[in-house]
Amino acid sequence: MREPALEVRDLRVRVGTLEAVHSVSFTLERGLRTGLIGESGSGKTLTALAVMGLLPDGLGASGSVLYEGRDLLQMAEAELCRLRGDRLAMVFQEPMTALNPVMRVGDQVAEPLRIHRGAGRGAAGRQAVQLLERVQIPDAAEKTRAYPHQLSGGQRQRAMIAMAMACSPDLLIADEPTTALDVTVQAQILGLINRLVEEEGATLLLITHDLPVVAQVCEQVMVMYGGYIVEEGPAAEVFDRPRHPYTRGLVDAIPPLDQDLPERRLRAIPGNVPALGEFPEGCPFRNRCPRADWRCQVMPALTGEQHKVACWHPVA
Amino acid sequence: MRRRRLPPSLLAGAILVGIVVAAAAISLFWTPRDPGHVVVSDRLRPPGYAGSLLGTDQLGRDELSLLMAGARNTLLVGVVTVLIAMALGVPVGGLAALYRGPLEEVAMRSTDVLLAFPALLLAILFAAVFRPSTITAMAAIGLAFVPIFARVVRGAGLQVMEQDYVTAARTFGSRGGWIFWRHLLPNVNAVIIVQAALAFAVAILAEAALSYLGLGTPPPTPSWGRMLSESQSYLDQAPLLALWPGLCIALAVLGFNLLGDGLRDLLDPRLVERLPQTQG
Repeated sequence: MREPALEVRDLRVRVGTLEAVHSVSFTLERGLRTGLIGESGSGKTLTALAVMGLLPDGLGASGSVLYEGRDLLQMAEAELCRLRGDRLAMVFQEPMTALNPVMRVGDQVAEPLRIHRGAGRGAAGRQAVQLLERVQIPDAAEKTRAYPHQLSGGQRQRAMIAMAMACSPDLLIADEPTTALDVTVQAQILGLINRLVEEEGATLLLITHDLPVVAQVCEQVMVMYGGYIVEEGPAAEVFDRPRHPYTRGLVDAIPPLDQDLPERRLRAIPGNVPALGEFPEGCPFRNRCPRADWRCQVMPALTGEQHKVACWHPVA
Repeated sequence: MRRRRLPPSLLAGAILVGIVVAAAAISLFWTPRDPGHVVVSDRLRPPGYAGSLLGTDQLGRDELSLLMAGARNTLLVGVVTVLIAMALGVPVGGLAALYRGPLEEVAMRSTDVLLAFPALLLAILFAAVFRPSTITAMAAIGLAFVPIFARVVRGAGLQVMEQDYVTAARTFGSRGGWIFWRHLLPNVNAVIIVQAALAFAVAILAEAALSYLGLGTPPPTPSWGRMLSESQSYLDQAPLLALWPGLCIALAVLGFNLLGDGLRDLLDPRLVERLPQTQG
C-alpha cells in the first residue's frame, strides 16, 4: 500500500437532527485516482465538502480527515484557507455558475496565485495565460480578457480546472466535473483532468454518478448509497464482479450496446432513492434490494481485503 | 455583450440632472450677475427687469444667479450625504452578508435603531449641539441614510453569497476580505448605484427642508430651500419668487429619481427586481 494522501475516518455529516453521511472511512492513496460513485442524495458531495471544510451553514461534520497527519476538521479556518486552493483543490459541477460573472477570466484564474503565492497583478496575469494554455483554451491571451459568459461551457470548465491546478495541489476533488457538459466535451475534459493529475502527481477524488467515467479514469472506486460506502475496491474488479446488489444494479443499468434493439431493455433498479430521513433502518438499500431479508435490519460492516463490500448477502 | 435600448426614464433623468450639474458648473465661473450683489432700490422686480431674466429677490439680488449658485450647494449636499451613507452603509451591509451570525444581528439591529430616527430629528439634534451649517445638515442626512444602503447591500449580498462562484472562491482559499472586494462588491454595485441615485434625490429634498427650517445652509451661501422659505413673506407681492426655487427642487428631485429608475432598468434588472424596495 502506498502512502496515504488523505485519510478519512468515521466521517459523519449531520443535517439538523438527521445524519446524511454515516461513519464513512476511506483512504486516498497518493497519486491514485479514486472514483466516488453514487446517485443524487447519496452523500457524495457532502463528503467532499466536509473534507474541504466547506459545509453550508447548519451542517456539522464529526470524525476526522487526516492530511499530512493533521486533522482538517479540527483545523482553524485561517489555516484551512491556506491549504484550500494550494494543497487541496476542487472543481465543481456547474461551470456556468462557478465563475464570477463580473470578473475577467484571467483575473479569476490568477486568484489562487495571488492568494497563495503572493503574486502581484501583473505576474499573476501572465501566469494566467500559461495556465489557460495548459488546459488547451485556444487564444489564451485573448480569453484572459473575456468575461465568463463569453466562454463556452467546456472552456469555462477548463478555466476552473486551470484555477484548481494553479498551485499544483496534492489532492484534487472533482465533483461531477463533466455532468453539465456535452458528451464530446466530457471526454476532452476527463482526458485533461487525467493528464494534469498525472503530470502533477496529484491524487484525484472523482465524484460522479456516471460509471463509465470512473471506469475510464480511476484505479480505485467507492460506491456510496444512503450515506454509507457500500462497496470499495479496484475499479476493474468492482465493475467486473460487483458484489453489492446496488453496485450490481448500477452496472446492469448500463445499456449494452452490442445487442440488437428488441432484446436491449434498460434494466433499472426498482424504486427511487428515498429522501433524507426516509431511508430504512439498517441497510439503506434493503427496501429496493431483491436479496434483502431480516438480517438486513442491521447495517453490515464494510469487510474484505482489497475488494470490500457492506452486505449480508453479497452477489457471488 | 448585451446591448439594450436605453430606458426613456434614464434619458429624461440624465437631461434634468445634466441641467442642474451644468448650472452649478457654469456658476463657478459665470453668473448673469454676482449672486451676492444687493441692490436695495431694485427689490422684488418682475422677470425681465433690467436684464434680470427671472427678476430680483427681496434684497434686489438677481434670482437666476442665485438659483445657479444654489445648484452648487444642492449638489454638494447630495454628493457628500450619499458618500457618507455609502461609506458607512455598504461595509455594514456587506459584512453582515459575509459573516452572518451575531455580527449580522448587531449590524442590522443598530441600523434599525438609526432608521427609527427621522433625518429631520437627527438634523435638529446636530444643529442644537453644534451650530446649524451645511456640514451638520450633511452629516445628519448622511447618517440617516446609512440604513438604506446597509439593508440593500445586505439583501443583495446574501444572494451573492449563495452563488456557486463564492463557494468556488472559498475552495481556492479566498477569505472574508478578499471575497468582499472581489466577489461581493462587484456583484452588488448595480444596486448600490441605483440606490445612490435615489438617495441623492431624497437628500436634495431633505436639505431643502432643513434650509427651509433654518437648520441647513446659513446665509450668505445661496440655497434653494432657504430661498423658498424667504420668498414666503413676499408671496402676495412676488409670487414667482416662490415658484423658481420650488421648481428647481422639484425638477432636480425628479431628475435623480428618473435617473435611479433608469439605471435600475439598465443594470441587471434581475438582481434588482427581487430586492425589497427600501426607498427613503
